[in-house]
Amino acid sequence: MVYPIARLDWSLDPFNGLHRLHRDMNRLFAGFASPAERFPAINLWNSEDGMVLAAEIPGVDPKDVEVSVLGNVVSVSGERKTDSSVPADNYHRREREAGKFTRSIRLPYEVESDSVQARYEFGTLRVTLPRKEATKPRRIAISAE
Amino acid sequence: MTTQTAELQTKENERTRDLPVAVPATDIYETENGIALSVDLPGVRQEQVEVTLENRVLTISARSEAVDPAGYDAVHRDFEPVEYRRSFTLTEDVDRAAISARLKNGVLHLALPKAAESQPRRIEVKTEH
Repeated sequence: MVYPIARLDWSLDPFNGLHRLHRDMNRLFAGFASPAERFPAINLWNSEDGMVLAAEIPGVDPKDVEVSVLGNVVSVSGERKTDSSVPADNYHRREREAGKFTRSIRLPYEVESDSVQARYEFGTLRVTLPRKEATKPRRIAISAE
Repeated sequence: MTTQTAELQTKENERTRDLPVAVPATDIYETENGIALSVDLPGVRQEQVEVTLENRVLTISARSEAVDPAGYDAVHRDFEPVEYRRSFTLTEDVDRAAISARLKNGVLHLALPKAAESQPRRIEVKTEH
């Protein structure tokens, strides 16, 4: 199962409305939006120096998770594998979804892709995305007469 | 596959606390010598998980800790710190003393072996010549 790419809409993004339209169109064509569209669940924080992203991805081998950055788009993808030693007939209840997932997020600025750091701990992925120096706002000195 | 071991989930045990309560996604499957549970507990450290057994009710409770990075403002939140809580009623044949739990990559793995006397035994059929 491959989950579709979902974009976040949030106030910092000037193209917010456009994304929403895009997403709504996708939904229109894909039928009902499944909760899987929101996998993994993501939190984002912003500061002058960059952003921090946290994603809840329990039960994956860190080797099966990939974080990639292209310009201002950060993608988290990977695969949650089932325990192959357990035959499907042995399950009484199966609520934990397995399969491939991808989620991409457009950030309001480009990040230094070389200094992006990712750490997986307690089933949570935490990615530090430093803001590209050139995109940082400059303070313009105001001269008064 | 008619055994309903650990199937019944009781919601009455959910208590109101300062954190919202969430029911964690769980897999229940049979193993060679009993039943096993896998419970998704993302963001939970080992010391924040509690597994209790009272009579035949097995209760899992855990707290996730989503620490905000210092100096940053939250701009989007899909998840928040929660209290995970879920109870299961075990069948009589579970060997209560042999239950073991292991937390790995945000998933709690519980092994509930069946008591030796209730494990299937192979009866040898002898033929007379």
